[in-house]
Amino acid sequence: MADEQKPGGSDAPSPEGGEGVKPPEKPAAAAPKPAPPKPPAAAGHAAPKPPATMAATPWDSDLARDLKQRFGDRVAETSTYVGQNFVVVKPDSAVAVLEYLKLEGDFDYLVDITAVDWPKRPERFDLVYIVYSFSRNERLRIKTYIADGYRPETAVGVHLTANWLEREVYDMFGIEFAGHPDMRRILLPDEWQGYPLRKDYHIIQQDQRWVQENLGIESGQ
Amino acid sequence: MPDTTFLDSTELVLNMGPQHPSTHGVLRVILKLDGEKVLGTDCVIGYLHRGVEKIAENRTYAQFNPYVDRMDYVAAVSNGLGYCLAVEKLLNVEAPPRAQAVRVILTELNRIASHLLWLGTHALDIGAITPVFYCFREREEALKIFEQYCGARLTTHAFRIGGLQYETYEGFEKEVKAFCDMFLPKVDEYEELLTNNRIWVGRLKGVGILSAEECKEYGVTGPVLRAAGVKWDLRKAQPYSGYEKYEFDIPTCENGDTYDRYIVRMQEMRQAVRIIRQAVANIPEGPIMGKVGKVIKPAVGEAYVSIEAPKGELGYYVVSDGATQPYRVRVRPPSFVNLQALDRMVRGGLVADVVAIIGTLDIVLGEVDR
Repeated sequence: MADEQKPGGSDAPSPEGGEGVKPPEKPAAAAPKPAPPKPPAAAGHAAPKPPATMAATPWDSDLARDLKQRFGDRVAETSTYVGQNFVVVKPDSAVAVLEYLKLEGDFDYLVDITAVDWPKRPERFDLVYIVYSFSRNERLRIKTYIADGYRPETAVGVHLTANWLEREVYDMFGIEFAGHPDMRRILLPDEWQGYPLRKDYHIIQQDQRWVQENLGIESGQ
Repeated sequence: MPDTTFLDSTELVLNMGPQHPSTHGVLRVILKLDGEKVLGTDCVIGYLHRGVEKIAENRTYAQFNPYVDRMDYVAAVSNGLGYCLAVEKLLNVEAPPRAQAVRVILTELNRIASHLLWLGTHALDIGAITPVFYCFREREEALKIFEQYCGARLTTHAFRIGGLQYETYEGFEKEVKAFCDMFLPKVDEYEELLTNNRIWVGRLKGVGILSAEECKEYGVTGPVLRAAGVKWDLRKAQPYSGYEKYEFDIPTCENGDTYDRYIVRMQEMRQAVRIIRQAVANIPEGPIMGKVGKVIKPAVGEAYVSIEAPKGELGYYVVSDGATQPYRVRVRPPSFVNLQALDRMVRGGLVADVVAIIGTLDIVLGEVDR
């Protein structure tokens, strides 16, 4: 995740360059104390503080090796952080990996699907699948980085529970799943405009038109 | 609908909810019926959506803590525990043993309170009016302990990231023990009313069957999964907060019907008492707060931590970008995921059973919609 941030960080000054000195990216904004302007080398700040990347360590196990052997470079990374293992895969292979894990690795329970928005990154979203295996008592996260507008394949064919989980991801992030049997919003009204969990959706933002038309009030705030 | 219908019958679409006493909140179910038979359903949810996950990104880690109580508001203590554990995981701290023991006691008391609310309302839905009064009577005793401890009965905000804010009050152990002694015979009392009651058995047996395979397919957890015969409980499988120190059983059944889920939950209340008794008998001395700074600022990273909430696996996926506010908090709500199986459970059954099945899923709409 955070590895991808650096390119985004060094990228950003060019569009904003005309604007003047506003180097702090989202990760740099994390450290509000150093007010003096920083050079755009976003990673170089604050030596005593932890680095701006996730300090994940490589994860090596039979399963990780198996996945790498089976999927080759479509498995980009096998890592572990705070004792939790995760695999980063190419967007087009997420469902294949899920299926393989279910059939061969006994990861028969899809716990959750969710996304994280990193607007500054070229592949804007983390799409995260969490699976669990009852027989191994083991949890695994499968992550993939996708661009805005990319339509990942649905996982409903592998795990039925993906149906509502993907609908929620669509509802909140606007990630449309290809081949999903029922790609509608789930928590928000069908006609609602905007995707609330995107970072550019402000906390008090709402679909004014929908609120006025359907609730008959000026604002829900 | 591919299911068989009589040649000249038309499909009737019936709207149930969102204002309906048996939907336990604002759940709307669109039923497609052929006479009394349910051909399919469509759940409309989101009426209680408050954007909890969005709020999280705009609050500090500590500020967000009280918000989680508003999801599953009948088991607020469990919600708080899950969130605190997730942030503690990111911070790499652990609550001290004393805090862990108190957490277990309160969480199990909350499991009892949650199950009691379920039992009372479920029985009410089926037509047994008496149990709800009994259940609320005992639930009140558990809530009184919460109130004494932290000032609130429902949205407790009982735990803090790193441990507890409040020491236990004078006489806490005594009151908890008294509750346990009082409560166990009451469970027998409920069972006397229901377990062999012919109407109760008739309405629940064989209704809304969800097999173990289907549970796994739908990601259904908690008592529903255990009633289908899967002996799986996160407190045993991946213990947290010191659950490995306590002796208790995981009640299971075989048929996965509504009756079995009733039996499992009744047993779970007894097991909860067993855990509370062990925990309260020796609460370790010592600090109640771990080493957590005034400003909570986890290193860049992410963690998924889940607990066995009364309704199933409640998980928090927290992403930190190194700031004082979480970059992303995802709640994996058991009610939301379990509710998805409703369609499978009611399909082919009778319309009267829909009410029983919504009740047996034990959903809380605050958690479904967040």
